[in-house]
Amino acid sequence: MLQVITLLVENKTGALMRVTGLLTARGYNIDSLTVARTLDPELSRMTIAVAIEPHQRRQLIKHMNKLINVLQATDLTDAPAVIRELVLMRVRAPQESRTGILKEAEIFGARVVDSTVEGFALEATGDIEKLDEFIDIMRSYGEIEVTRGGAVAVSLESKKLRLSPPVPRGSEEAKSEEKNGVI
Amino acid sequence: MSQLMSGAKILLECLAREGVDTIFGYPGGVTLPLYDAMFDNPIRHVLVRHEQNAAFAAQGYSRSTGKVGVCCATSGPGATNLVTGLVDAMMDSIPVVALTGQVTAKLIGSDAFQEADTFGITRSATKHNYLVKNINELPQVIHEAFYIAASGRPGPVLVDVTKDVFQGNAHYTPVTSIHLPGYKVYTEGHTGQIRRAAQMMLEAERPMIYAGGGIVLSNASPELRELVELVDAPTVCTLMGLGTLGSEHPNFISMPGMHGSYAANMGMYNTDLIIALGVRFDDRVTGRLNAFAPHARIIHVDIDPAEISKIRNADLPIVGDLKRVLPKINAVLKELKPEAGDRPGLKAWWKQIREWKEEHPLKKPVSTDGDIKPQYLMQEIDRLTKGQAIVCSDVGQHQMWAAQLIRFNEPRLWINSGGLGSMGFGLPAALGAQVANPDQLVIAICGDGGFQMSIPELATLFNFGLPVKVIVMNNGYLGMVRQWQELFYANRLSQVTLDCFPDPVQLAGAYGFKGRTVERPSELAEALETAFSDPGPYLLNVRVTPTENVFPMVPAGGAINEMVMGPPQPVATV
Repeated sequence: MLQVITLLVENKTGALMRVTGLLTARGYNIDSLTVARTLDPELSRMTIAVAIEPHQRRQLIKHMNKLINVLQATDLTDAPAVIRELVLMRVRAPQESRTGILKEAEIFGARVVDSTVEGFALEATGDIEKLDEFIDIMRSYGEIEVTRGGAVAVSLESKKLRLSPPVPRGSEEAKSEEKNGVI
Repeated sequence: MSQLMSGAKILLECLAREGVDTIFGYPGGVTLPLYDAMFDNPIRHVLVRHEQNAAFAAQGYSRSTGKVGVCCATSGPGATNLVTGLVDAMMDSIPVVALTGQVTAKLIGSDAFQEADTFGITRSATKHNYLVKNINELPQVIHEAFYIAASGRPGPVLVDVTKDVFQGNAHYTPVTSIHLPGYKVYTEGHTGQIRRAAQMMLEAERPMIYAGGGIVLSNASPELRELVELVDAPTVCTLMGLGTLGSEHPNFISMPGMHGSYAANMGMYNTDLIIALGVRFDDRVTGRLNAFAPHARIIHVDIDPAEISKIRNADLPIVGDLKRVLPKINAVLKELKPEAGDRPGLKAWWKQIREWKEEHPLKKPVSTDGDIKPQYLMQEIDRLTKGQAIVCSDVGQHQMWAAQLIRFNEPRLWINSGGLGSMGFGLPAALGAQVANPDQLVIAICGDGGFQMSIPELATLFNFGLPVKVIVMNNGYLGMVRQWQELFYANRLSQVTLDCFPDPVQLAGAYGFKGRTVERPSELAEALETAFSDPGPYLLNVRVTPTENVFPMVPAGGAINEMVMGPPQPVATV
């Protein structure tokens, strides 16, 4: 089963590599990964869908939280969360199947974003299993080309974000604090 | 107040502000501007003979002092040669800052001469790493690197700096603070958990304290000793924790695990409470997991939350710095102890532990006829050093015998590559330890295999007048691999014979100091004394019984209470 992990990371070179490196080092293949800036442009939100053995998941998330560039890594697999995905699709639609395609699209809440003599370009969002069904149905109409956007998620409970404060460093004052075992 | 300075000078200024007095390194093309700035800088540079040894020497410096060790290499091969030393530091949580040069920023990705993706290659070899392409970021990054290396669970941090950053000029303003919002360090421990832990310790009938490298790293030996005495529990120290409770302390029950003592392993198997302090339940300690301490509850104190319940579920976890947490536990113990009564179970437990110790002691009389037994060598080193020398070990059979038989009265005296098991570690680590401790007796104990991986550093010893005593336990084999081939692969000895060991008199002589071979037990004491009292470095090649095996032994995947105590006894045939 897929698990969904959401991470708030610093928007810095290498941050993505550190997170995915933890997965690849353990031989896990990532099913989907999305990453984009947050309201604060210095931070990015990452959503990873991956099949990890359950006993390894907690350990892995602890390791993600240990990364310097990760502010928070949260397991959303069993937590209240909204998980959605965007699908873009091109469907070949000869005259006789155009109405049928449009009907199915309507049922799944998909939008037509382009229409030509050959067919349609459709855009759909929804939960991952629903989109799987939509893709299956569209495939029954003939050749399709699909690009999936990967899972994006938002937690429904607010988890307190604990950030470390600045620390004195590089000065005499910092040295004496170090001696007293403050760090 | 800022002044215009080159990147190379800014870097050295930041190192000075971090209290760096020594860099172990090797120069190269892109670090030329840095080495030019070092030319008239007071920071001492120790020129090693291979970058890997710079990383090992920086570890020896750090492991023997607790300070951050610093190593430096050029781009490409210089940086890739550091990698083993960095992973080694990562596995044993040793604070090291590695500085590497990188090709000029605009050449990155062009397959420039001596270009390698150091940032990518060392991602998993470090606690954190940086690529600095902008001179204005340099001071901040250097101070962050030192902070990350030394704080929390320590580890190696690499800073890769492009040549144009070294060469460029910038207005330098000293950094006074750094901000790493995502870097969480938990030090204090949960008050309620601390109280419950103390209660559990006093309620246990058969407690065992399992102390590891975390005690060394947090300098918590005095606090450990107090805890041991308050709980009065038998205490095992792991390979990484030897010396945290002095070897002569009455509660010390040697090392547990694959080559641990019978008493330590039987204790760990039969205990009802493991008090795990700065340890990680390594497979070399636990043996087969479902047979490890099957009757025990676990208290696990560690600064790294990812260690808790990683291998064995902790019934009572405490995340914190041992230096902070142990005094709090000790305070509760003192408060609760009067109510705890005289704990009759504990008396029986101690009786049992003593019986196990007497049944199969680690230290046994060793034959001094014929060959020098490796155990005899370690016992003689122990007799002469009295638990006070810094002993840096390589990896293999000699490491296990040394860990079993040499006493360490203090932490930071026993220095070895525990987690990664990197052959070639011993000699360069001793080099680093001697640089940091010029007046102390520093011994490198190596096998003939690992020694030959680090031979070039004999030149560094001589160059810098470092009086390291290199003792090669020479059995002519890659002994530990040979032992496994003998025991588990029908004695089919495949690629483990090391013929052609260089004559130590000529070898050391070629470098400018003394060397010697001993083969008879009767010569050994005098040879060791001569080496130890020589003012310079010394290479002592000790020929030992070639086919001696390390016992006790828990075979890989075996249960810790099913140790093999020794070689099969010869059976009388009719």
